[in-house]
Amino acid sequence: MRPYRLLLIVLAMLAALPLVIESNVALNFLKVSLMLALAGTGWNLLGGYGGQFSFGHAVFFGTGAYTAAVLQVRFGINAWVAFGAGIALGALVGAAIGWLTFRAGLRGSYFALVTLAFAEVARIIASVWPLTGAGAGILIPLKLGVANLQFGSRAEGYWFVLALLGLAMALARAIEGRRFGAQLVAVRENEDAAKALGVDVLRVKLMAIALSGGITASAGGFYAQTFLYLDAGLAYGPWISVEALLTAIVGGIGTVWGPLLGALVLQALSELGKHLGGDAPGLGLVLFGAVLIIVVRFAPEGIVGLIRRARPRRVARG
Amino acid sequence: MAELIAEAMGVTVRFGGLVAVNDASVPVTEGRIVGLIGPNGAGKTTLFATIAGFQKPNAGRIRFRGKDITALAPHRRAALGIARTFQIVQPFAGLSVRENIAVGAHLRHAGRAEALAAADAVADRVGLSALLNLPAASLTVAGRKRLELARALATEPQLLLLDEVLAGLNPSEVRDVIPVIRAIRDGGVTVLMIEHVMQAVMALADEIHVLSEGRIIARGSPDAVARDPAVVEAYLGHGAAARLQGNAHA
Ligand SMILES: Nc1ncnc2c1ncn2[C@@H]1O[C@H](COP(=O)(O)OP(=O)(O)OP(=O)(O)O)[C@@H](O)[C@H]1O
Ligand SMILES: [Mg+2]
Repeated sequence: MRPYRLLLIVLAMLAALPLVIESNVALNFLKVSLMLALAGTGWNLLGGYGGQFSFGHAVFFGTGAYTAAVLQVRFGINAWVAFGAGIALGALVGAAIGWLTFRAGLRGSYFALVTLAFAEVARIIASVWPLTGAGAGILIPLKLGVANLQFGSRAEGYWFVLALLGLAMALARAIEGRRFGAQLVAVRENEDAAKALGVDVLRVKLMAIALSGGITASAGGFYAQTFLYLDAGLAYGPWISVEALLTAIVGGIGTVWGPLLGALVLQALSELGKHLGGDAPGLGLVLFGAVLIIVVRFAPEGIVGLIRRARPRRVARG
Repeated sequence: MAELIAEAMGVTVRFGGLVAVNDASVPVTEGRIVGLIGPNGAGKTTLFATIAGFQKPNAGRIRFRGKDITALAPHRRAALGIARTFQIVQPFAGLSVRENIAVGAHLRHAGRAEALAAADAVADRVGLSALLNLPAASLTVAGRKRLELARALATEPQLLLLDEVLAGLNPSEVRDVIPVIRAIRDGGVTVLMIEHVMQAVMALADEIHVLSEGRIIARGSPDAVARDPAVVEAYLGHGAAARLQGNAHA
């Protein structure tokens, strides 16, 4: 239980927040932050632990979102089932992209660019395909109720995304303490050395991208159920690819806590930006770009790295 | 007569027009320390890479325990019991020494605790115990060479391929590592080692194969190989053997 203790404590505290927070604005802020942290936790599994940087995690987010929406709206399937199917399809899309790219030996910036291309192709398809609502997008009819995965009380949706994030973080923590995690990190550090030690590099990468895709798809499913409207730019747009990788990098790449800390800080910054600069187009991206440069230059291990440096007696991790 | 654990049979590797390994055959007898020596660029590392599965040969076969493994991926060969070290060391730089070794140990131990315990035990054998918690990136050359050795050992191999694990060490460090390698052999692991430190190969190897310009030009006991005129020529240049003979007689 030791490795999960802090995680459980923090999750319990986060779960209690809606009981003390009155403001809807604050709660929505947290809800969106948790969703971004969830998408970032998916990215982090592949990019942070596995060293395979994706610029196209929107492909998973969008797949999770559209699967949930399309199955409900076009096929009348239950929302929970549709949501689960979105996660499964996200994992499957991950495995398929991994099969095509990793088997071809794509690494580094080549892998990053190809993932970006996959996300863009998905965006273009979704913007013309009648099934996904093409240019008009797709609207999930409002039917409040837990059975429909639509939460009326403002706290329920928050708890739902918190539970998803908690599961994803616990999964990351579990992987850290297992053979798969050791092999995944070994692949990041040096593929040839890993092979020589008996690591099936392709298999490890495929597992990582499938898990990564599934987790980020769950964030997309949550998005669909929360905002009840999707179009290609929202679901498959580059914004979420950027947010997913930024939360992990700013928070602390390859750490369990990184995406959550990064998401909170980035969301706070972007809210601040909106207050100061109004809705000037592109301001958010400029702000994120500046943050990224500062982090890469001065705190390459992100917020988690800063915290660890401030407390030299590092807490033993399980 | 002891059995062959592994055999490179007529291996040829070409890089474009360059023939790095030319129809080389190296039988490796189980339980021995077999030395592979030769001048720079002779093709030793390339032959190693072929045995470990990192380099596809243009011709020839690799056999391990009687099975043809020429088409097998490196990780599958590691699982069969072939471990290699890298001449240019390849540490997992961001990980601690213990975590580095544990990656190797995970090949035989699924559980994290067992793999870490196995890593500690291996570190003890190669003299890395004091450095277990350090980042691998902070190790000296000697430390990194030991780490290569430790990781490979942690996979519990039957055949260990050592590519110049003594290169870059000072004489006293070399003296420290020699008994470690001998103990590995005495523990039942067959060792095939590339080495330029002659004093060490001569002291360690039960037999030596000499590679020059991709071809095996001599093999035998360390003494016999050292006296072989073809070997002297390969190292010192054409006519060297005759000149040395002449000097000896003069
Ligand atoms: N990947 C490669 N591509 C092209 N040429 C290569 C490659 N690897 C090795 N060579 C060439 O093949 C020849 C044999 O190289 P190899 O590294 O096997 O020699 P070696 O006997 O290990 O030498 P050293 O004692 O210097 O380590 C050299 O001429 C080298 O330049
Ligand atoms: Mg070499």
